[in-house]
Amino acid sequence: METIMSFFEENLEMIYLLAFTILLGFEVISKVPTVLHTPLMSGANAISGVVIIGAILLMRRAAPDDYLTLTLGFIGIVLGMVNVAGGFAVTDRMLEMFKKKKKNA
Amino acid sequence: MTLDFFTDIAFLAGAIAFVWGLRLLSSPDTARRGNIIAGLGMGIAILAAMFQPMGTVPNNYLWIVGGMVVGGIAGWISARKVQMTAMPQMVSIFNGLGGACAVVLASAELYYFYDGQTALSMGELLILYLALLIGAVAFTGSMLAFAKLQGLVNDRKVTLPYHNILNLIMLAVLLGLTVYALMQGKAFGFNMAMLILALGLIYGFSFVAPIGGADMPVVISLLNSFSGLSAASAGFAYDSRIMIVGGILVGASGTILTILMCEAMNRSLLNVLIGGFGSSGKAGPAGAAGDQVAKEVSLTDAAIQLFYSNSVVIVPGYGLAVAQAQMVVKELDALLEANGVNVKYGIHPVAGRMPGHMNVLLAEADIPYDKLLDLDAANEALAQADIAVVVGANDVVNPAAETDPSSPIYGMPVLQVWKAKNVIVLKRSMNPGYAGIQNPLFFMDNTRMLFGDAKDTLNKLVQEIKNM
Repeated sequence: METIMSFFEENLEMIYLLAFTILLGFEVISKVPTVLHTPLMSGANAISGVVIIGAILLMRRAAPDDYLTLTLGFIGIVLGMVNVAGGFAVTDRMLEMFKKKKKNA
Repeated sequence: MTLDFFTDIAFLAGAIAFVWGLRLLSSPDTARRGNIIAGLGMGIAILAAMFQPMGTVPNNYLWIVGGMVVGGIAGWISARKVQMTAMPQMVSIFNGLGGACAVVLASAELYYFYDGQTALSMGELLILYLALLIGAVAFTGSMLAFAKLQGLVNDRKVTLPYHNILNLIMLAVLLGLTVYALMQGKAFGFNMAMLILALGLIYGFSFVAPIGGADMPVVISLLNSFSGLSAASAGFAYDSRIMIVGGILVGASGTILTILMCEAMNRSLLNVLIGGFGSSGKAGPAGAAGDQVAKEVSLTDAAIQLFYSNSVVIVPGYGLAVAQAQMVVKELDALLEANGVNVKYGIHPVAGRMPGHMNVLLAEADIPYDKLLDLDAANEALAQADIAVVVGANDVVNPAAETDPSSPIYGMPVLQVWKAKNVIVLKRSMNPGYAGIQNPLFFMDNTRMLFGDAKDTLNKLVQEIKNM
């Protein structure tokens, strides 16, 4: 119990952020038309690549001769970057198709 | 003014861009801009992470930039090259990689902890284990989803006897071990942590294994939300607000899509996760079919009917994606519209293998999105329509969902194609669909069957109409 309380107190700001972001997320996304289900999923997926930030921080702290960390960080950055670049690019490609010409009849 | 100030502002801008971008992504006219804004936000956040003051650290910029170049090029090329019909697979892979990245981060941090380089509170340790496990499940789960969608593995061949019970046991063991790890602290050891990781990876496979076919959209959305949650947990561990915001937003959007998909099938998430429709009580409505004969229609007759109708509603399903028939559908559509026929599309939320699958396919064929009607609008249009053309869809047009309480899909909202004056069903054979449920639609008085490969049949229809 004590650990829970101290964890809560120490991370209060993050917990606030967590709670409000959950509410905000549901509020912002709640009414998506079917047309956009795939792009929304794939765009959100690209955003989950934000985990690359962690990999960058990990890498910046690594000692230049700490090859274990350097390797792990490198793998993390590659994985995260594929997710980010691929995710946004693929979403853009899909949305580009949606954009094209309205009804011509 | 210090650098700190600028990087903090940049992270804030990135977080706002995520929220704003997702907001714009929820409306067709602004969606593309939304995606670009979210992408820019990510770029700003990555730059900020690179220059954020961290005291004297080695930085290793060469490694970082190298990794970003490799990953960026790989991601960008695969995104450009992938066929639109392979989109569900692509999204699954990207999703899995995000989860894998969280696994790598959590493993590294756990290594430092057990090696004695860092000290962590129990709460911080819990967060690392969460990132590790959720990331692991998102990773292997997405990889198996990819393999299934790509047709590399058969849905039914990867399950074991009592699979659901095994899964529950595995989950219980995983959670038990994790709680034990938290209580043991450093004494638990890195090797045991890796054992937990291995179990988590296996669990990811095993959890997706029994789910397949028409349930795919649910599991893909769920895995999407997992990769977001793993990123958010990692964000807690790295004290990074932007990771928390980004991760949680993805978690929320994945959860919303999961709920929407479940609602579209009138099933609970639990029901989807344990035992798909195929396995539970499929014997129900068998009696209906036996002695009935479905009536066929010739290509010429079908072409004439379409040509002289006023309004047509096309209902696409997974069969359209398999046959890659979206371009021919567009051709048929253009031909009919040129002859004054009003053509619309009825899209069921779970048609295909990912949320919105049909919309993407039809958009690729240049069909304007305002011709695509969602469930309610499509049912209104169908009641007025002269002809409903069902292309490779089955369960989503099954009247048993409304009329037969013994049917496994009873209660699922369906497209009421039978309310159109005539129904033409394009189908490869009389085999029941994924769910193994007989479809009384095929035996109705106003239904005619056109057997054959969807693309081939549509091509011939187009030819017939052109010759009229």
